[in-house]
Amino acid sequence: MFTKTLLSAFLALGLGTAGFAEVEEPEIEDIAFSFEGVFGKFEEEQLQRGLQVYTDVCAACHGLNLVYYRNLGDEGGPAMAEDQVKAYAAQFETFDPELDDFRPAIPSDNFFDSGMETAPDLSMMAKARKGFRGPYGLAFNPLFRGVGGPEYIAALLSSYTGEEKEEAGAILYENTAFPGGWIGMPPPLSDELVEFEPAHKNDVESMSEDVAAFLMWTAEPKLMARKKAGLVAVLFLSFLAVMLYLTNKKIWAKAKRKD
Amino acid sequence: MGGIPHDKYEPKTKPEKWLHSRLPIVGLIYDTIMIPTPKNLNWMWIWGIVLAFTLVVQIVTGIILAMHYTPNVNMAFQSVEHIMRNVNGGWLLRYVHMNGATLFFIAVYLHIFRGLYYGSYKAPREVTWIIGMLIYLAMMATGFLGYVLPWGQMSFWGATVITGLFGAIPGIGESIQAWLLGGPSVDNATLNRFFSLHYLLPFVIVALVALHIWAFHTTGNSNPTGVEVRRGSKAEAEKDTLPFWPYFVIKDLYALVVVLVVFAAVVGFMPNFFGEPDNYIMADPLKTPAEIVPQWYYLPFYAILRAFTDDVWAVQFASFISGGIIDAKFFGVVAMFGSIFVMALVPWLDTSKVRSGRFRPAFRFFFWILAFDFMFLMWLGARPAYEPYSTFALIGSTYWFAYFLIILPLLGVFERPQTPPDTIEADFDSHYPPKPAE
Amino acid sequence: MSHAEDKGSRRDFLYVATASTGAVALGAAVWPLVDQMNASADVQALASKEVDISNIEVGTQLTVKWLGKPVFFRHRTDEEIEASRNTPLEDLKDPTSQNNTKWESDASDVNRALDEDGKWLVMIGVCTHLGCIPLGGASGDFGGWFCPCHGSHYDTAGRIRKGPAPLNLLVPDAAFLSDTVIKLG
Repeated sequence: MFTKTLLSAFLALGLGTAGFAEVEEPEIEDIAFSFEGVFGKFEEEQLQRGLQVYTDVCAACHGLNLVYYRNLGDEGGPAMAEDQVKAYAAQFETFDPELDDFRPAIPSDNFFDSGMETAPDLSMMAKARKGFRGPYGLAFNPLFRGVGGPEYIAALLSSYTGEEKEEAGAILYENTAFPGGWIGMPPPLSDELVEFEPAHKNDVESMSEDVAAFLMWTAEPKLMARKKAGLVAVLFLSFLAVMLYLTNKKIWAKAKRKD
Repeated sequence: MGGIPHDKYEPKTKPEKWLHSRLPIVGLIYDTIMIPTPKNLNWMWIWGIVLAFTLVVQIVTGIILAMHYTPNVNMAFQSVEHIMRNVNGGWLLRYVHMNGATLFFIAVYLHIFRGLYYGSYKAPREVTWIIGMLIYLAMMATGFLGYVLPWGQMSFWGATVITGLFGAIPGIGESIQAWLLGGPSVDNATLNRFFSLHYLLPFVIVALVALHIWAFHTTGNSNPTGVEVRRGSKAEAEKDTLPFWPYFVIKDLYALVVVLVVFAAVVGFMPNFFGEPDNYIMADPLKTPAEIVPQWYYLPFYAILRAFTDDVWAVQFASFISGGIIDAKFFGVVAMFGSIFVMALVPWLDTSKVRSGRFRPAFRFFFWILAFDFMFLMWLGARPAYEPYSTFALIGSTYWFAYFLIILPLLGVFERPQTPPDTIEADFDSHYPPKPAE
Repeated sequence: MSHAEDKGSRRDFLYVATASTGAVALGAAVWPLVDQMNASADVQALASKEVDISNIEVGTQLTVKWLGKPVFFRHRTDEEIEASRNTPLEDLKDPTSQNNTKWESDASDVNRALDEDGKWLVMIGVCTHLGCIPLGGASGDFGGWFCPCHGSHYDTAGRIRKGPAPLNLLVPDAAFLSDTVIKLG
């Protein structure tokens, strides 16, 4: 396991510094997520589907330890009902230092850690990866499309080619979205792996998008509040700017002989 | 305060006189607010207010963040996420503080380049300029220290690389580095002292800003023509100036709010654009990120640092002369600090008798190349260090030094400047002609 | 009204309007600076706690830490209930129930116990004298709790009977969610 980490670190490292030619970055496709743009909002149903994909598939190895179960009931998030949140939390055991023992989790507890040493925690993943860069280091792509973390996650989950190879005793899987092209994580999703209730499209691509959207929420749970505050601030400050423009003009009128 | 003649505060009522004879604070505030200001200042003279405002915002949000932040390697990362997730409005305060640093540096660069263009640094404003440079250095230090606190991958590796610069000093470098870090590498001791210093330095900046303002209130503001305010009498001075309140306060506030509209949009819609995704991964001393990139505002100087490699003749020459004591690494460090040092010396390097770039056509040409060079170096700082970028960086760095050390001194001798207007009043009237007498 | 006056009042209106807009913006900016000191979401999430009481035998007590303080869950015996209910109110040092859910009620046993039968007594386990934690297990002169710090005796309903403590043990907000679960807060 550890060699795998080392190997992927080495691969990532090599990507940044090796060679004399411009290293080719995997091309990540832009996805029109509902939470993008000035008026962007998370879709509750999508987040709930994403939670289900995470719970049924990712959670086997990956933790989410910065998120609290109670967050699943938050407005601007999956907004699940209180009893659903409680029932969800109760599926998992958590260590209680007061009891010095494990007990079923309650909403005020946080999610579990990764169950596998080489599997990174996913809480911040959507903000810790970039999908878009350049061109030529000029940052126009991130400026217009966003940093692209969720796009990267969705692309990673749906870009396995099916090729495998063994290297230093570890099996690597070819993935065209992963820097370096070979990843240690076996393909986690397959068509119709997760059944949604109510039924929803469950091919690899749409499940990838759902879980990417969910992970964007876990990384940035206040996104909707932030956009709302940003919009109000921009509008109000613009109004204030107009008022100050007029005041300024008035004050200077005499000095500039415009009265 | 010396300077331009104007109406001074006169205590009238009895309580006013009582206080004034004991502590003339009202007079100090009055004279500061009502200071005569050249009436032809243009929109590039707003950045001082933007900077003062940003400094206040950074201190206020910073003090608040410190109420929730834990400077410990095991908890720092989580405590920042605690602020983002649990603290009421914490995400807002943190994003404002984070992007406030960006606003701070955009404003300070525009402020500095305005000074360079209009010759604001020239006598008698050398002290204002030098203090400004000290403020800028303190800002760089504060920004660097602050970037370490979230304890992400870029925090950790940025700190490792930058403190490594001090390790480049021949002989004593390694002891200095260990002293800075509190150990052989970046660890808990480092994080704790960086937190303390990050909290301290802004107040040093406040003190320096007070000196900066005091200095230019003594000499009077510079202005786009570079012509001094007439000071023969109050009546004469009043033809060239208007009081700071309300004319420039309202003008600056208007400009500030326009800047804040953009700032609010950045915080609201793209708060992570200026950040690095790697900093949302907790620091791991066993794993170096693919590319270590400093914050955007250090990039031009980072490019200069990296430009001087072993194969540059100047480096080889320095190494030869010093018997190998000066290597490429140390040369780069010296070049980086030197690039700021030559900027601090500009009042004495610029030999021209005409102050403002407005009347110096040849100067303008080289100035705009410098401005482009700055952006070019900023771009190069984030590019990988191989060809052709290495050569580009060397050319860019060379121009930076050449501008200050060669071009400016020579221009003053060879350039034939245009004639500035006689007075500020004449300049102002040419824009806003007086009405014909009725 | 002269032309000049009209102009003047319009100008004043503009100044006042601008200043007010600025004041509103400033106020809006100050609010988050104040609000951040209020309890954060993780602290608020701990404000209520569900406690499973199904394993508490008759005549025993469970102590649970809640909001940094111990809370006693006492499953009282019939004798304890009887002893408490038979105590005349005149004998009590503190005549009020000190029950957070029943303000202004007297200290009779029914006002202190959680259920009608009086089987369950839920109290904050902090002595009202100087904040020590009283000992349970039918201790003290009145078969309830005894504070070892300065010798305060509480009876089987947690009421102060003897010693320096001024008030009965406080009864927090608590309610049955089901037969076996009590919710604090």
